[in-house]
Amino acid sequence: MSVHLEAEKRRKAIRPGSARIARLREESVRAAVRISLERARLITEFYQSGQVQGLPVPVQRALAFKYLMERVSLPVEEGQLIVGLRGTGPKEVPTYPEICVHSLADLEILDSRENMPYRVDEETRRFYAEEIIPFWRGKSMRDLIFEHLPPEWIAAYEAGVWTEFMEQRAPGHTAGGERVFRMGLLDIKEEIARVLSGLDPADPEYYEKRSELQAMDIAADALLIYASRYAKKLEEMAKETTDPLRREELEKMAEICRWVPARAPRTFWEALQHYWFIHVGVTYETNPWDSFSPGRIDQHLYPFYKRDIEEGRLTREQAKELLQAFWLKFNNQPAVPKVGVTAEESFTYNDFSKLNLGGLRADGSDGVNDLSYLILEVLEEMRTLQPNTAVLISSKTPDRFLIRALEAVAPGFGEPPLFNFDGVIVKMLRQGKTLEDARTAGVSGCVETGAFGKECYILTGYLNLPKILEITLHNGLDPRTGKKIGIETGDPREFRSYEELWQAFLRQLEYFVRVKMKGNDIIEALYAHHLPVPFLSLWIEDCVRNARDYNAGGARYNTQYLQIVGLGTLANALSALKFHVFERRTFTMEEVLRALDADFSGAHEITRQILLNKSPRYGEDDDYADTIAKAIVDEAVRVVESFPPTPVRKASRRVYFLPTTVHVYFGKVTGATPDGRKAGFPVSEGVSPVQGTDRRGIAAVFRSVAKCDWDKTGGALLNQKLAPDLLADEENLKKLAQLIRVFFNMGGHHVQFNVVSAELLREAQKRPQDFQDLMVRVAGYSDYFVNLPRGLQEEIIARTEHRHW
Amino acid sequence: MEKTGVVFDIQRFSVHDGPGIRTTVFFKGCPLRCRWCHNPEGISPEPEPMFFEYKCLGCGRCARVCPTGAITFASTEEAKPTLNRQKCTGCGICAEACPSGAWRLVGRTVTVEELISTLERDALLYDRSEGGVTFSGGEPLFQPEFLLAALRACKERRIHTVVDTSGFAPTRVLGDVAPLADLFLFDLKPMDEEDHRRYTGVPNRLIHENLRQLVEWGRPVIVRVPLIPGITDTERNVQMLMSFLTELRGGIQKVELLPYHDVAEKYQRLGQTYGMPLLSRPSEERLRELRARIAQVIPCP
Repeated sequence: MSVHLEAEKRRKAIRPGSARIARLREESVRAAVRISLERARLITEFYQSGQVQGLPVPVQRALAFKYLMERVSLPVEEGQLIVGLRGTGPKEVPTYPEICVHSLADLEILDSRENMPYRVDEETRRFYAEEIIPFWRGKSMRDLIFEHLPPEWIAAYEAGVWTEFMEQRAPGHTAGGERVFRMGLLDIKEEIARVLSGLDPADPEYYEKRSELQAMDIAADALLIYASRYAKKLEEMAKETTDPLRREELEKMAEICRWVPARAPRTFWEALQHYWFIHVGVTYETNPWDSFSPGRIDQHLYPFYKRDIEEGRLTREQAKELLQAFWLKFNNQPAVPKVGVTAEESFTYNDFSKLNLGGLRADGSDGVNDLSYLILEVLEEMRTLQPNTAVLISSKTPDRFLIRALEAVAPGFGEPPLFNFDGVIVKMLRQGKTLEDARTAGVSGCVETGAFGKECYILTGYLNLPKILEITLHNGLDPRTGKKIGIETGDPREFRSYEELWQAFLRQLEYFVRVKMKGNDIIEALYAHHLPVPFLSLWIEDCVRNARDYNAGGARYNTQYLQIVGLGTLANALSALKFHVFERRTFTMEEVLRALDADFSGAHEITRQILLNKSPRYGEDDDYADTIAKAIVDEAVRVVESFPPTPVRKASRRVYFLPTTVHVYFGKVTGATPDGRKAGFPVSEGVSPVQGTDRRGIAAVFRSVAKCDWDKTGGALLNQKLAPDLLADEENLKKLAQLIRVFFNMGGHHVQFNVVSAELLREAQKRPQDFQDLMVRVAGYSDYFVNLPRGLQEEIIARTEHRHW
Repeated sequence: MEKTGVVFDIQRFSVHDGPGIRTTVFFKGCPLRCRWCHNPEGISPEPEPMFFEYKCLGCGRCARVCPTGAITFASTEEAKPTLNRQKCTGCGICAEACPSGAWRLVGRTVTVEELISTLERDALLYDRSEGGVTFSGGEPLFQPEFLLAALRACKERRIHTVVDTSGFAPTRVLGDVAPLADLFLFDLKPMDEEDHRRYTGVPNRLIHENLRQLVEWGRPVIVRVPLIPGITDTERNVQMLMSFLTELRGGIQKVELLPYHDVAEKYQRLGQTYGMPLLSRPSEERLRELRARIAQVIPCP
């Protein structure tokens, strides 16, 4: 297929239904991303006033949230059917100075950087300089965290051994469950009152529990106020409009806002509006990781849809338009702007809200319904950056749904990714969830499994495995800075066997994980104490019943994750050392180390070529290298799980294997590696083989990946790139579906496809102005290719493109 | 003793050589010399080095390790090696020593057991897609002992087998293979005997006889016709093909047309010249037209 034909086919794939939706979509896609000062100004005013001094922290936070909900702007996109928006308008993003204060330099970088800027106006800069920075500096969560972390933690962080999720964003990473769609705020207020009246004053935690419940009640009131302000505004707009059709719509919308979120929704439209108010509330309260998500949306909405259709209130076309309007609400809420390292580790406007489709119902029956298909259709027609989707495939999922999902993958936007739902259930059960809670679980963020609506599963940071090998090979030293940041595990030149090297690596890994876990405990305690989230806590079971905050262990299940990065690079590096140094004796360790330290320059290039081309590699169904990869996964799980539950939340410790875009940053801070990778180049992403080395085809990749025991992890991300011709006909889609079934039978967790040719990507690099809309799969999400930093663009091009099968 | 054979590639997740998802095993060695041959590395029965020029670093290791002195660098300025294929014994030491993989030895000896263990890696894929293994080449019937042993081993394990053949083999060999293979992919090249000899190096009478035999034995057959502009797509050839197919109708499941494409680069890597003039791929229109004509006799999707 020619580049032009390929580009044309992609463009034609986007076809939003009604004129209204087409216009809203266009406005949403075109809108520039800006920083909105309003929230930061209000929250600063509130705390500056000193009115809450002396009150318990949760109550302070709840009152601050109420202060916001009483005052924030009430934007209504012209012609929208769902109201509520975090920020002053579409893509106007608030900041959260109580969590992370941007410096003036940060604001300048955000405003002026070439890729993914956030426009910052003069007033915002002035207000930051005069009020926000002086007030919050030293008080924000980020400042508190860095004040309390030990020096060995800071040293590893600065060296790029890990990143820290909670330094700029609040714990979040959660999805709504049934409670979100079945309860109104008035129901929850009743529940709060019931729990409050049942509290025992002799309970040693009586005071904390009472404060938390009071805070929850205030937070519930806050959103009721926000909704009734909208109802009033819509009524006024209805009076002013000259268009009778729009007047009727606005009156209807006002009526809906008078019913939800106070009471449980009764109709499809109410359910969407209800959820969206809660989404806005959660994302105004803090800037939680991966925002928030309706989770298993086809399951939650189906009863409303079915009843409305049966009772003649709704047609399929109307439902579709409502879903499309709903879709654009997500796209109008880009990720919050980050600073420093975090800006590189996840370089995107995408805020990772993920809508799950398919899977099973709580009773174990197939979950695919009419809405699952309808939402795939919406995805195909909209093709916006957000929201993200996930298709959950169980052994009970019909083939036609899987093939339908692959049809949606074929045009090449990277969505939807596919997940092994039977594997999700095994993972949940292994962690001790009930069977019903496992069946109503799903995946959020990129590939992260969680018991939706019932679990606080917090991601704490990415761990750079290749960097830990580099430090092992330098006996505890970071060669980039010359600082000793690890422990002494022996001079590798004296290792007699591969086993000695492996043990040294494991000791180094154990050391770093221990330091990281210590940091995690400190940060968890700081959030539990300083940043309770009474509003989010309303929606996650069993926070109200336990009278305990989401950030303090109130949820039914508590988990903490470390995200492991660089499996492919590490597996190939260890395989190369085992093969060439300890078995074939092609080189001595000394020779390899000298080549690494020289970054394979000059005559060392030959050494590099041999290590790169003449070693068994992960991803080619070669047991030699795959056994090493499997051992890495097993050991990473063992090491992390060996730590006792966290002190505050009593969270178990688990691992994910996923990178977002951090593999580029980790590559920058990691010197040459024994797999032949040169210094500064990205490390491998997710659990995918090293970019460009998987030359045995997709079936071999799946076999290699599936040899690792992913059921012991919380999820693992696999990217595959396919040439567009491969998905061009029905017969091939069917065979790809069969291949995916087998991958999942073997234990694979996830796979996503970039269906794009390297030629098209090169063309887009040359003429970015003509390819503004070229969307590709990055990690657990898609993004506009021309907006990506160059390093990431190159990394995506370098991934092996499977052209034949 | 364990039967061994020489293969030059094992391709997994292959979807064009028979039903379902398959593993295609390419046997090395072929009695034909088709000018358009897509797999020239499958012609010689011996392992031989292939050279990927773009990977070559010009480091000179290959010349230093070659035991017969077959690899030389013309001068000190000459960055790329030259191989004297007369002197080359196909030992593969150069490929072993080459750091970048510019030299690759095509063809390796495998036992039936090794072959089966590779096939079994994709057993779940065969099950789900009703696929299996396809023995292709080269010419699989050119290594009859190995092929028979492999087919028997597959039969024992209930792996579906396809034999992709030029049909140029003693009828006795075909007779041994026929009951063991689940399906034949049978190539028909130029129908005119003289043309066949000119373009493939062998006559076609035996081939046609073998096809008649297979049909007579009631074995499932799919006929494949490489569509070479000016050679097999001429009106005369199509007419001759049609009358042969009409004779065999009922005994053949379907006919597949394989449109020509250019593989000149592969020949360069083997130090050979491609015997075909520069031709363009047959047009979609022409393909549609021919398929429709053949479909009047035998299905031709």
